[in-house]
Amino acid sequence: MTHTLKSLSTLLAEGKASSVELCQDYLDRIEGLNPTLNAFITVDRDKTLAEARAADALRASGNAGPLTGVPVAHKDIFCAEGWLTTCGSKMLSNFVSPYDAHVIQQFKTAGMPCLGKTNMDEFAMGSSNETSFYGPVKNPWDTARVPGGSSGGSAACVAARLAPAATGTDTGGSIRQPAALCGITGLKPTYGVVSRYGMIAFASSLDQGGPMARSAEDCALLLNVMAGFDGRDSTSLQREKEDYTRDLNQPLAGLKIGLPREFFGEGLTGDTARAVDEAIAQYRKLGAKTVEVGLPNSRLSVAAYYVLAPAEASSNLSRFDGVRYGYRTPEYTDLLDMYEKTRAEGFGSEVKRRILIGTYVLSHGYYDAYYIQAQKLRRLIANDFAEAFRRCDVILGPTAPTTAFRLGEKADDPVQMYLSDIYTIAVNLAGLPGMSLPCGFDGQGLPIGLQLIGNYFGEARMLNVAHQYQLTTDWHQRAPSLGG
Amino acid sequence: MSLSIEDVRRIARLARIRVTDAEAAQTQHQLNGIFGLIEEMQGVDTRGIEPMAHAQDLSQRLRPDVVSEPNRREAFQAIAPQTENGLYLVPKVIE
Repeated sequence: MTHTLKSLSTLLAEGKASSVELCQDYLDRIEGLNPTLNAFITVDRDKTLAEARAADALRASGNAGPLTGVPVAHKDIFCAEGWLTTCGSKMLSNFVSPYDAHVIQQFKTAGMPCLGKTNMDEFAMGSSNETSFYGPVKNPWDTARVPGGSSGGSAACVAARLAPAATGTDTGGSIRQPAALCGITGLKPTYGVVSRYGMIAFASSLDQGGPMARSAEDCALLLNVMAGFDGRDSTSLQREKEDYTRDLNQPLAGLKIGLPREFFGEGLTGDTARAVDEAIAQYRKLGAKTVEVGLPNSRLSVAAYYVLAPAEASSNLSRFDGVRYGYRTPEYTDLLDMYEKTRAEGFGSEVKRRILIGTYVLSHGYYDAYYIQAQKLRRLIANDFAEAFRRCDVILGPTAPTTAFRLGEKADDPVQMYLSDIYTIAVNLAGLPGMSLPCGFDGQGLPIGLQLIGNYFGEARMLNVAHQYQLTTDWHQRAPSLGG
Repeated sequence: MSLSIEDVRRIARLARIRVTDAEAAQTQHQLNGIFGLIEEMQGVDTRGIEPMAHAQDLSQRLRPDVVSEPNRREAFQAIAPQTENGLYLVPKVIE
């Protein structure tokens, strides 16, 4: 189970394995290890194998695409017709989606079977996967630790080789931070590249789906499947179809890497600082030049984010009212009582906290002081990046301030939890593409993530920068020893 | 700035979320911690800065005024908590 998407695709093309066989192998591995890791909320062998048989038939008919038959796991935020789609919440614990998200349709068109729906923080609100109604995911490198979040199930299942790749979503770091904590590669595209249709909304101006896999090359292949214009998402961008693998093999000589001084300050210590420094040295060996850049307003990104994201969430989550779908409280006296009990019982405490923050900052008398001020800071943060990209091609820094923390360590301290996304949030506010790739281990054997940030639509270049590093290092090939 | 217990109850009512007395006290404590983080914003001089609502400067796309989706009322209502004759049932609103 050490295959990359490319090697699986070759096996299938050469007839050395069928999609049904591959899916069976992965499903067996999931069956063995999921009770320990809790990376999946839903696994449905019959459904997966039916999709695998269809993929094999597509190949037999001579109509296979490059990844036809290769299975992937999907974050349980993506609506998939006929699959339970919970978004990690009790509120949707009975929601069998009647339709497919655009991303799911793209994978179906490519003939890639779904291995199951992965666990996540409730409504993608969390950085440790501990807010899931379905219990926390365990980090495959140390099951006493968190996998990060919110796409923690996707990160853990790829790290543990329960799936060759998975989808994730990233509103403030939810692809990159768990990728870092689980030692895999994950990419958040430029806002608007991947359709949000059927991706359950958290903060609509920030949410973006993206690939999580074992290498930059695999992320490029997956992004080729996921990206594309979709008229049903009003913010989907109408652009020429890109091949995200096209620049993978470009040499890095002459590349200018920006190092934001704010990312290398007092907050960055110990093994993470050392591993990032070693990665910079490796890039210099590959011919890249480094230049110091400034992102002076990035220190305000967490504050601005915790106004804007909850504001958008409070509006988006008002749809969960127990009327049209999802959970409804069993006993109520009138309509208001039904709404209030349904939402009190259906949402977990972190989701409720964020709805309340959002309701407050949007309420009469506070709108200008909080919401408008946060939007102004968002502009300043985006301007900093624009200024930095005048002087460099890609920005590099840590993905997360620490490696995986212990389960329960920050669960009762929202502010400490929020600060785990201190290096990732600014990227969402600006709408830029970013990724995380493994760059070493700490003294306890836990993976460390390196973050790359590209300019708007700079995914192919960023993937090139990541791929060249992965050709000359083997951090991304390390796997946790879980047996099986 | 600091939220009172009454503020917490007021926004919970606006958000249609029932809170018990114990929850309100705990929520007040946690929200005040979070607002402590958020207050950092207030010291920044943002006069003359245009608020940024969105990552891309987009205008709304228009599409031709034609039917694009089929009627799937039955599939959509099959997952509703309570329906009757194609209608969603809720407790009586007007006596």
